[in-house]
Amino acid sequence: MESRKSHIFVGLFVVVGVLALLFIALRAASGSTVTAGETYTLYAKFDNIGSLKVRSPVKVGGVVVGRVTEISLAGEYYEPLVEMEISKDYDKFSETSSLSVLTAGLLGEQYLGLQPGFIDDTVGTLEDGDTISDTKSALVLEQLIGQFLFSQGEN
Amino acid sequence: MDSLARLGATVTDAVAGIGRALAMLLGAIIGKPTPRKSWPLFVQQMYVVGVLSLIIIVVSGLFIGMVLGLQGYTILVDYGAEQSLGPMVALSLLRELGPVVTALLFAGRAGSALTAEIGLMKATEQLSSLEMMAVDPLRRVVAPRFWAGFVSMPLLALIFSAVGIYGGYLVGSGWLGVDEGAFWSVMQSAVDWRDDLMNGIIKSLVFAFVVTWIALYKGYRCEPTSAGISKATTSTVVTASLAILGLDFILTALMFGG
Repeated sequence: MESRKSHIFVGLFVVVGVLALLFIALRAASGSTVTAGETYTLYAKFDNIGSLKVRSPVKVGGVVVGRVTEISLAGEYYEPLVEMEISKDYDKFSETSSLSVLTAGLLGEQYLGLQPGFIDDTVGTLEDGDTISDTKSALVLEQLIGQFLFSQGEN
Repeated sequence: MDSLARLGATVTDAVAGIGRALAMLLGAIIGKPTPRKSWPLFVQQMYVVGVLSLIIIVVSGLFIGMVLGLQGYTILVDYGAEQSLGPMVALSLLRELGPVVTALLFAGRAGSALTAEIGLMKATEQLSSLEMMAVDPLRRVVAPRFWAGFVSMPLLALIFSAVGIYGGYLVGSGWLGVDEGAFWSVMQSAVDWRDDLMNGIIKSLVFAFVVTWIALYKGYRCEPTSAGISKATTSTVVTASLAILGLDFILTALMFGG
C-alpha cells in the first residue's frame, strides 16, 4: 500500500513538471516566430547599420515578416551587407521597396523597416537572393549633433 | 622535501578520488538493464528525492519570483520601462535562478540526505551484507538514487521557474499595476524557446548529474563512523554548491557569452 501511494505521488510529480514545462513554453516563450516556416533570402547594403544585430526583426508596418541572419562587410569599399530571411508568405514585394534602420521607442532595439514599393507592369518582385538597393541608414546621434552644429554655424 | 611529498600526495589523492568516483558511477549505471527489479526502487527514490523536495522548491520559487518582480519594478520604473518586467523576471528565472537555486536547494535538501543514508548503510555494514548476498550494492543502492536525482532535478527546476514567473506576475500585475497583456506579450517576444528554455534545461541536467554524483560518492566513500558521516554530509553540501556555482559560470559563458 505504501509503495502504491508513493507511485501516485511520483506520477503527480512528473505530471506537474510537464505542466510547468508547457506553461513556460506556451505562456512565457515563443518559437522563432515568423522564420519558422519556409523563407527566402534578401540582401541590402547600408552606409551604417547602427546597432542592428543578427536576429533583429524585419517589419512591414510593425508586422514582423522576417529576421536578419547575417551582417558582414562586402565590396571593395567595405560597405555593411545585411542578409535577411523573409517568410515565403510574403513574397510579392516589389523591386522598388525601400529598407531603413529604425529604432523601437526611444531606447529600444533597432530593427529593419521594409517599405513596400509600388507595383507596375515594368517592375518585378523581389526574388530569392535579390538585393534591395534603396536603403536608409541608421541615425547616429553624434552625426546628427555634428550636422546640427554645422548648420548653426552657417547662420 | 617533506612538503614536496605532501603536495604530491594531495595531487595523487585528488586524481585517485576522481577515478574512484568515475568507477563508482560507471559500475552503477552500466550493466544489463533489469527493469522489473529496478523500476520500483527508482520510483521509491523519485518519491524521496523529488516529491519530498517539492514544497521547498515551490515556496522558494514563489518568493524569489515575487522579489524579482518587486526589485525589477523599482529599477525599471525609473526608465519608464516597467513593461519589460515580464522578460526580466522570466529570463532571470529561466536562464539563471531556476537551475542554480534549484540545484543549491536540492544539494541541501536531497543531496545531504543521500550522503547520510548511504554513509549510514556503510557504517552499519549493510552494503557489505548486500555483497555477501551476491547483490551488487552499486546496482541496488546507488543506481536508483542516481537516476532519481538526475530525472527529478530538471523537473524541479521547471516547476521552480514556472512558479517564480507566476509570483512575478502576481506582484507586477496584481500589486504594482503593470499591464497584464503587456507583461505576457513582451515576455513572449523576448523569451526564446531554444536559447532560453532549452539552455536552462541543459544547465539543470548538468547540475543534476554533478550534485547527485557528488552526494552518492561522498556517502559511498565516507569513513564508516559517526564523525565520518557528518564530515561526508557537510562535504557534500559544500562541494556540490561550489561545483554548481563554478559550472554555472562556465555554462553561462558557453551558452550566452559568445
